[in-house]
Amino acid sequence: MSVILKTDQLRVEFTSREFRRSTKVALNRLDLEVKVGEVFGFLGPNGAGKTTTINVLLGFVPPTSGSASLFGIDVRQPIARQRIGYLPEMTYYYKFLTAEELLRLYARIFGLNRAEADRRIDQLLRLVELESARKRLIKSYSKGMQQRVGLAQALINNPDLLILDEPTSGLDPLGRMKVREIIQRLKSEGKTVFFSSHELGEVETVCDRVAIINQGELKAEGRVGDLVAQHQASLEQVFLNIIGYSPSPT
Amino acid sequence: MNTIWALTGVVIKELYRRKDFYVLFVLTALITVATGMVNFFHDPKIVRYVKDVCLLLIWISALLIAIVTAARQIPAERESRTIFPLLAKPVTRWQVILGKFFGCWLATGIALIVFYLFFAVVSGSREQHWPWLACLQALWLQWAMLAIVIALSLLGSIVSAAPSSTTTICFIVVAGILMLGGHLNTVAIHEAQPLQTILYTIYFLIPHLEWFDIRDRVIYDWGLVSGVDCVLATLYAAAYTALLLLLTWLGFRRQSLNT
Repeated sequence: MSVILKTDQLRVEFTSREFRRSTKVALNRLDLEVKVGEVFGFLGPNGAGKTTTINVLLGFVPPTSGSASLFGIDVRQPIARQRIGYLPEMTYYYKFLTAEELLRLYARIFGLNRAEADRRIDQLLRLVELESARKRLIKSYSKGMQQRVGLAQALINNPDLLILDEPTSGLDPLGRMKVREIIQRLKSEGKTVFFSSHELGEVETVCDRVAIINQGELKAEGRVGDLVAQHQASLEQVFLNIIGYSPSPT
Repeated sequence: MNTIWALTGVVIKELYRRKDFYVLFVLTALITVATGMVNFFHDPKIVRYVKDVCLLLIWISALLIAIVTAARQIPAERESRTIFPLLAKPVTRWQVILGKFFGCWLATGIALIVFYLFFAVVSGSREQHWPWLACLQALWLQWAMLAIVIALSLLGSIVSAAPSSTTTICFIVVAGILMLGGHLNTVAIHEAQPLQTILYTIYFLIPHLEWFDIRDRVIYDWGLVSGVDCVLATLYAAAYTALLLLLTWLGFRRQSLNT
């Protein structure tokens, strides 16, 4: 299987702008490889470097050293993002646009012609069950509806790789199930999904492989079944062991 | 180009869906019409003062719209985090800047057309002749000048993240250039070194926005500016706008955007 997403010795340092300048290492020598057709779970506690990794992959943050590529193209080239879809953790969309207008904007950016964009927008609004609200401004949507618009925009270009940053955070159980269904459906269509999550149960259900990072460093990587068998514990226990959590004595 | 026009469309859509934009617009239109209706002391020449007030209002309103709109574009994208899903698409930061620039410039152009339409109607109804060509020329030159102002405001918004401080600084700089820019060389003659060199340097570095101000020609019916001068002024504005946009891009392209 060919590699679709790769990071090689990736290191990111942030320098604070405060009076006493200090440098924080957000990622340290991170090596990741995601292959075509995989659903890859990216796990780690808060502040582990999951979002920073995604920010590097999307070109928001330049790596201090090392490299990252999508489809074999350096992530700093905008063309590397032609075949990806991205769903941020929170809903960051133009609230003064309607769902249809937002999707049309992104369709234009991806170079879809009018007819193709119309067909795709109809299809996606049906998929995320927002057909009846397509002409309403996004600011009038509930959080769940906004998250569904997010999912639709991430799929507008029929991406080969989907990057999801905590896709189910803040969603109700129905919303979570819907996202899981969509991920499964994309997997059955041969798409690759890279997603960060705290929801270990969800990861266990949908992921082929997982990577666990802590304090910017890769701690474990492999198939979910292999990790569980190797540690002879549930994924949650494996995760807690790897990040060095020990329960406080009662 | 498709991406740039798509982003331009978003800026224009945002402007016409924002209520504060209309407040300024309606206020200027009302004052323009009201001033046009006033007839002090039954003096037939009073119409010049009316025209002067109307054009001054148009200049202030257009500057406000241009600066306020441009200064908030990129900081608002960062604050509301809409920049992230946008840059996750195959969009370059240069395209974002150009999209924002054209959006602000076109929106300001639309506002100017409506303002000058009001002005032409007010002025024409009082003087019994319709200064269409003079208005068209004044509009074009003001719009060209606003391109520089918008590019300057975009640059300011990259340097300072707070839209309010960018707006204030840009307004002071633009007002300073309009009122004092043309006199800096005269002042420099009378100064000792090194102040003289500093003033000359500033004089030759700043964009001379006052060159685009042909209000007096419209007010006193001095006739049109020659076509060659108009073309030269347009090229001058284009050159400064391009330079300022380039500086904006240089500042923006390496900025780390952490979610």
